[in-house]
Amino acid sequence: MPSPRYHREMPQRYRLEAAKCSGCGRVAFPPRMVCNCGSRDFKGEKVSDYGKILTFTTIRVAPKDFETEVPYSVAIVESDNGVRVTTQVVDCKPNELEIGKKVKFVFRKLYTEGHTGIICYGYKAILI
Amino acid sequence: MREVAVIGCGMTKFGELWKKSLRDIFVEAALKAIDDAGVDRISSMYVGSMTPGLFVGQEHVGALMADYLGTPQIPAVRVESACCSGGMAFRLGLFEVASGHSDVVLVGGVEKMTDGADVTYALATAADQEYEVYHGVTFPGLYAMIARAHMHKYGTTRQQLAMVSVKNHHNGALNPNAQFRGEVTVDQVIKATMVADPLTVLDSSPVSDGAACVLLASMDIAKKVNKPAVKVIGTGAATDTLALHAREDITTLGSVKQSAEAAYKMAGLKPSDIDLAEVHDCFSIAEICIIEELGFVDKGKGGLFTEQGHTSLTGKIPVNPSGGLKSKGHPVGATGVAQVVEVVEQLRGEAEKRQVKNAKIGLTQNMGGSGASSVVHIFTNA
Ligand SMILES: [Zn+2]
Repeated sequence: MPSPRYHREMPQRYRLEAAKCSGCGRVAFPPRMVCNCGSRDFKGEKVSDYGKILTFTTIRVAPKDFETEVPYSVAIVESDNGVRVTTQVVDCKPNELEIGKKVKFVFRKLYTEGHTGIICYGYKAILI
Repeated sequence: MREVAVIGCGMTKFGELWKKSLRDIFVEAALKAIDDAGVDRISSMYVGSMTPGLFVGQEHVGALMADYLGTPQIPAVRVESACCSGGMAFRLGLFEVASGHSDVVLVGGVEKMTDGADVTYALATAADQEYEVYHGVTFPGLYAMIARAHMHKYGTTRQQLAMVSVKNHHNGALNPNAQFRGEVTVDQVIKATMVADPLTVLDSSPVSDGAACVLLASMDIAKKVNKPAVKVIGTGAATDTLALHAREDITTLGSVKQSAEAAYKMAGLKPSDIDLAEVHDCFSIAEICIIEELGFVDKGKGGLFTEQGHTSLTGKIPVNPSGGLKSKGHPVGATGVAQVVEVVEQLRGEAEKRQVKNAKIGLTQNMGGSGASSVVHIFTNA
């Protein structure tokens, strides 16, 4: 992807930076300008490093960038401070995943863009 | 707003139409719709198409289609809302006639998916590129996560999911325009190639080419044309978070529920008044969630309802008599309009072997992405 587009998302992908709404207390990830409650006032917050699996799957037919990775597990994880994300769950076998299991976010490589593109990093989850 | 009717409809066969181009299939469907109604002019045109730019490298398809339909002067615009581009195009055409601005509007949907583009990538652009697709999730993966959550929360079984595909293939086998006209068994669905656990390739709608068109007109014109008018009596549309993970409840398709409620309210009807429905079964689990959101059955009971045969051609509420996206095919932008074509044929009594008996009120539900947009229409032949 073009580097400005990649660069803009780095605070979220590398450091899980979020924003807490001053109106309703909801944590927005990624940060946004307007909350669903109508408030435009946010304070910096971080997505908790820990969370649990809400649902998951094993991808067996992947997009081109991930073709060499199959099969890999993807889950929707809810962090301890209520942020939900889609993330890979790694360092385990697909059959070890269960709804409700605890996970921790870790910093990992996601994929490489073709042969000459940039290496894309971000968060993944591991079972704890 | 004045009353509006569908006065003509037509579609191509859905499937791998390698000998025909994007413009060919659109014009074929449009001419069928025009001939079906027997009108000699249209005022404007809406073309539902998700991503012709990625599939065949062509944008600006509103003007392209007006040109090749031999009507290069009329206003024509493409409408995009991922897989519900066709349904949303229909809604805009409806408003244009209802407002009194135009008397006859052509609404079409078209997609050419088998020309060699990276289909998985193109479809994934309907999800959140930065926060879903970046992490390697696919559309089958998103619906698989809905399926897993639904099974966990409500006890929906793997067999019940398969029964959606079995039923839709049974109906599609009776539809001459369907891409796959063969029956499948529960066992075949479950044992087919796994795409994203627990969904197999037979839980998934196929990659297709195809186009569908309808003509919308005011009632005074509708009374003068070839075929009996099918009135549009309800419309509703809604959106939800683009990312599946941002929803309060992963098993609830809020946009479907809200779009249905708006359409029911406008029509002055309730779910039990509907005689048949064409719904967006892009994956087996989607049909189960949708029949719950449409109010045909309580939340969580969609699997059991399907297992009990209530959604079959002869059931309490026949769902996807056309074969649905699963068997009829899913050229994404065309799907929402093809659903209208099926309901119109059913309400005219032209659906032959898949005819739902005594059909008076039909509903279409078309959805984009993992449910981030949905549009519902209600029709009557009364
Ligand atoms: Zn708020």
